[in-house]
Parts: sequence; structure tokens; C-alpha cells
Amino acid sequence: MASVTTAAPPQSATRSRLTESKGFLSAWFMLPAAVLLLVFLTYPLGLGVWLGFTDTRVGRPGIFIGLENYEYLWDDAIFWLSVFNTLLYTVSASILKFVLGLWLALLLNENLPLKSFFRAIVLLPWVVPTVLSAIAFWWIYDSQFSIISWALMELGLIDHRINFLGDPTNARASVIAANVWRGIPFVAITLLAGLQTIPQSLYEAATLDGASRWQLFRYVTLPLLTPIIAITMTFSVLFTFTDFQLIYVLTRGGPVNATHLMATLSFQRGISGGQLGEGAAIAVAMIPFLLAAILFSYFGLQRRKWQQGGGD
Amino acid sequence: MAVTETRNTAAGDEGGMGYLQSVPRRVVTIYLPLLVFVVVLLFPFYWMAITAVKPNNEMTNFNDFSPFWVVQPTLEHIDYLLFQTSYPGWLLNTVIISVAATFLSLLAAVFAAYAIERLRFSGSRQVGLAIFLAYLVPPSILFIPLSVMVFNLGLYDTPFALILTYPTFLVPFCTWLLMGYFRSIPFELEECALIDGASRWQILTKIVLPLSVPGLISAGIFAFTLSWNEFIYALTFIQSSENKTVPVGVLTELVRSDVYEWGALMAGALIGSLPVVILYSFFVEHYVSSMTGAVKE
Repeated sequence: MASVTTAAPPQSATRSRLTESKGFLSAWFMLPAAVLLLVFLTYPLGLGVWLGFTDTRVGRPGIFIGLENYEYLWDDAIFWLSVFNTLLYTVSASILKFVLGLWLALLLNENLPLKSFFRAIVLLPWVVPTVLSAIAFWWIYDSQFSIISWALMELGLIDHRINFLGDPTNARASVIAANVWRGIPFVAITLLAGLQTIPQSLYEAATLDGASRWQLFRYVTLPLLTPIIAITMTFSVLFTFTDFQLIYVLTRGGPVNATHLMATLSFQRGISGGQLGEGAAIAVAMIPFLLAAILFSYFGLQRRKWQQGGGD
Repeated sequence: MAVTETRNTAAGDEGGMGYLQSVPRRVVTIYLPLLVFVVVLLFPFYWMAITAVKPNNEMTNFNDFSPFWVVQPTLEHIDYLLFQTSYPGWLLNTVIISVAATFLSLLAAVFAAYAIERLRFSGSRQVGLAIFLAYLVPPSILFIPLSVMVFNLGLYDTPFALILTYPTFLVPFCTWLLMGYFRSIPFELEECALIDGASRWQILTKIVLPLSVPGLISAGIFAFTLSWNEFIYALTFIQSSENKTVPVGVLTELVRSDVYEWGALMAGALIGSLPVVILYSFFVEHYVSSMTGAVKE
């Protein structure tokens, strides 16, 4: 770079120093992204925290009320129910997504005919807009015309229709199932990418040493896949924890708040109910959980670099 | 999983290990579970499609008509959707908003990624990390403060509310992805160009960008899909029926108080999914690489 600056004719030296100067150019190049992110991401994040300390309503600016929103939420049984629901939803859906996704990834990693076709097909649930596939699930879970109820009754396994979304336990299981359905492809395809980076020679060596199929998986596949599992699952947990669309379409938090997640409760109180301050406080209450997940992801990345022999 | 005797006698690579397993064993351990996965993952789409062309009397009469098939396909639901609702308008809105948001985000991301990855200004590593963290901030905690901002800026109920807020999740994603692509371009190419007297701008437009076309396509396709699928901002910032996007419109306008028009709903879901599915089918490899790339980097 220096060679260009010195080689330039004297009269354009200033201009050339400006356009070639690293700091100046970097600032210009970073400007559009920085403006967009500072104005529409960083500022709202701060504004959200501030709103949580005010009694702002729709159409009326609020005043600072300290921790009142949080004190109110602390004694609010529905808020704690939504925290419990969110944790239950996140933990059970993530475990299922991980187990089934890993299984699917291992199946797709086999030497199959039409391998890329299968891979493409499997990713479809993740490509299609969540709201639209959730509407399909809504129809599948219909209390009267559910195809699952009908099929199970025809097979003689049950004798009356399943009330998928009307009963608290069933509703929780139903929304978790729909979330798992949508999340499996993401986990499977990212883990498959990780599986494909594992050198075949390791399996050959292990097989020569007499390793069983389970031992191959346990002592070769799993350790080498751990870093990418950590990242994939952090993303998956993050997206599941903050899920909104699926619940909003299928149950809107019902029956009797049994499926309310923190995000849907925040929407209901903040936007539908107009209590922006309280809604913001619920959203802020999600941040500690998200920070925990992000820290986990960060250390997952560090570990990966260390395993690859990277300096830092 | 039991060990078969043959397994210990020959050392095949994992890819060609098929010959170590008997055919029936492979069917039970691989093809059967795979078949179940594919059927379960695809069934909702089949159900969506079959409902969209099913007449109402067949839809609710499981005794005389098999629910898995359609005897007399009808276009009445699709006809209703396209000519008696605002659906075509929602499609157009979604296209405009997605294209604009994607374009804006790509533009910002290209410059940011190049600066972070290649200009390597002091603090570029920290900025790169900040971009990654920005990607992890979910819309669910931003929509309330953003709705206040959107209202105060006078953008409420306009497409600009969405075009300007979608980059909050698109810019970090695209930047992160493009950083990975730029990293794979050899420094030597840029050095040669510098010696030949090219400016940074020329290097970016004549060397780096043409070489990262696959990355740009990946980022563009992915950003378009993410914008197309976005729901919570579109639900919060748009009120009037004619400004809605497809996911919001289908959910809020087609569902009336007690009568569920399942046929029209499914047709709406199907047609709303088609553009991204078609795009996806043309660019599967780009799509997969952007998805795995963002996680792997």
C-alpha cells in the first residue's frame, strides 16, 4: 500500500492519502452497516431496557418508575408460568432436535443413492416460512378434522379424537412437536457438514483396531463433532428460546396460558394490551438467558480454534 | 448396535462401508429410518397441497372420501384467494420489501466485510466479534422498542418500517458470511493489483467482488428467504390490510371469527411458500453452504 502512496504525483498526494489511508477508508466502508446496526439494533436494545423501567403505553410516553414493572412481574403467576413454559419448551425441543437431527445427519452421511436429493428434500421445512407451515400444523391439529386423530382411530389405537390444542398437556406436546419438525433440518444439515469434515482415515484406523460401530461413533465421530455441536445447539437453543411465531399461530399462549412463552407474553402485554413498559420488561428478562447461551457459544468457538491448532 | 463378524476382518472406509453390512441390515438401520424421516418432514406439505385443491364437502367427510386423496380437485380456493382477497397485494408487498431489504443489507455487508477482513483497521477483530454478537440478538426482544421508534419516525404502517428494520438481522448475517468468503481470496491477488496501481475501490469491484459471486449469491438468497419468512416485525409494524406481507396477511385476514376457510388458508400457505422453495431448488448448494458456513466460521 505504501508504494502506491509514494508513487503518486505530488499534487494528488493529499487526495490519494485520503482514499488510500486505511483508517479513513475503513471508516467509510464501515459506515452503512454501522449506521443501520447502531440505529436499529443497538439503540433499540438500550431503549428496550429503558422502557422496562417506565410505564409507557401505546400513544402515551411514560415516566421513570424504577423497578415497578419487575416487582409486578415478580408477583405475577402468569409471568412465572411463561418462564417455566419457555424453559420446558426450549429444553425438550432442543434435546429432541439434537437427537433426531444427529440421527438424520448420520443417516445422510451414509453412502446413499440420490444423496444430494435427500439432503435438499430434508431441508424444506426450514426453508418454508414458519408461519405458513405452522398454519398447516394448525389444520393437522384441528380438533374435529385432525388427520392424526383420524388415522389413529382407523388403526384402532384410540377411540376418541385427540384434543391437540385444547388440553394444556397436549397443547404443550403439540407445539414442541411442531417446533422439532421445523428445527430438525437445521441441526441435521449443519451436523452433516461437520461429519463430512472428519477424515475417513480415522475410521479406517479405528476399524483396523477392532472398534465396533458404537465405538466408532463414541470415540471418533462424537469428539470430532463436539465443537460444531456446541455452535449448532447454541443457535438452536437461542432461536427456540425466543420463538414467537409458532405459538402465536397455533395457540396464542392458550389454553389457560399453558403454552405462553416469554416472547408471546411480551407481545400480548406490550402490543395487544398496549402496556409497552411491561412488555419491554418481559423481553429484558429474557436477556440473562440469552447471555448465558452466547457465552456458551463463545467458549465453543474458542475451543474449536484451539482444537484446530489456531493461535488465538 | 451389535458388531458383525465381518466388520473386524476388513478395513473399508466409512463411505464404502456398505459392503460390510448385509442388505437387510442396511434396510433396517438406514433406509427405513430415512424413509420415516422423509415422510414425516414432507407430510405437512403434502397435506397443505391436497387441502388446497380439495372441495369443502370432501374435506369434512372422512367416511365417504379418503382424507389422503382428492376425488374431484377444485380450484375454487385458489380462485377465491387470488380474486376475492388482498392476497396478490400481499405477495407484491413481500417481494418489494424482501428485495429492498436484501439489497440494502448486501450493500452494507459487502463494505463492512471487506473492511473488517481485508483493510484490517485497528479494532477490526473486535468489530467482527460485535457483528457476530449482533446476529445473536433476537427480534423477540427488539420489537417493542423498535415499534416505539418506528412510530416516532412516522414509518408505522409503511413498507419502510420493514425495509429498515430487517437489516438488523440481515446485515450481521451477510457480513459474517462474506467475511468467510473474502478470507478465502488470496492476499497475493490484491497485492499484485496494488503494485499495478489499482485503488482500493478498484480492487474491491474488479477483483474481490467477481471472485466472491458465489458468496454474494448465498448471502442474497439467504437474506431474501429470511425477509420473506419474517413475521414478528411485520405483525407489529403494519396495520392496514393492503400493506401486509404474506405470512401476516394469511394469518390475520384469512382467519375469520368462527369459519375457518381451510382450503383458502392452505392455498395461501402453499402459494406463499412457493417463491422461496423455487429459489431454494435452484440454489440448494448455495443455500446449504450459507447455512453451514455461518455456523462453521
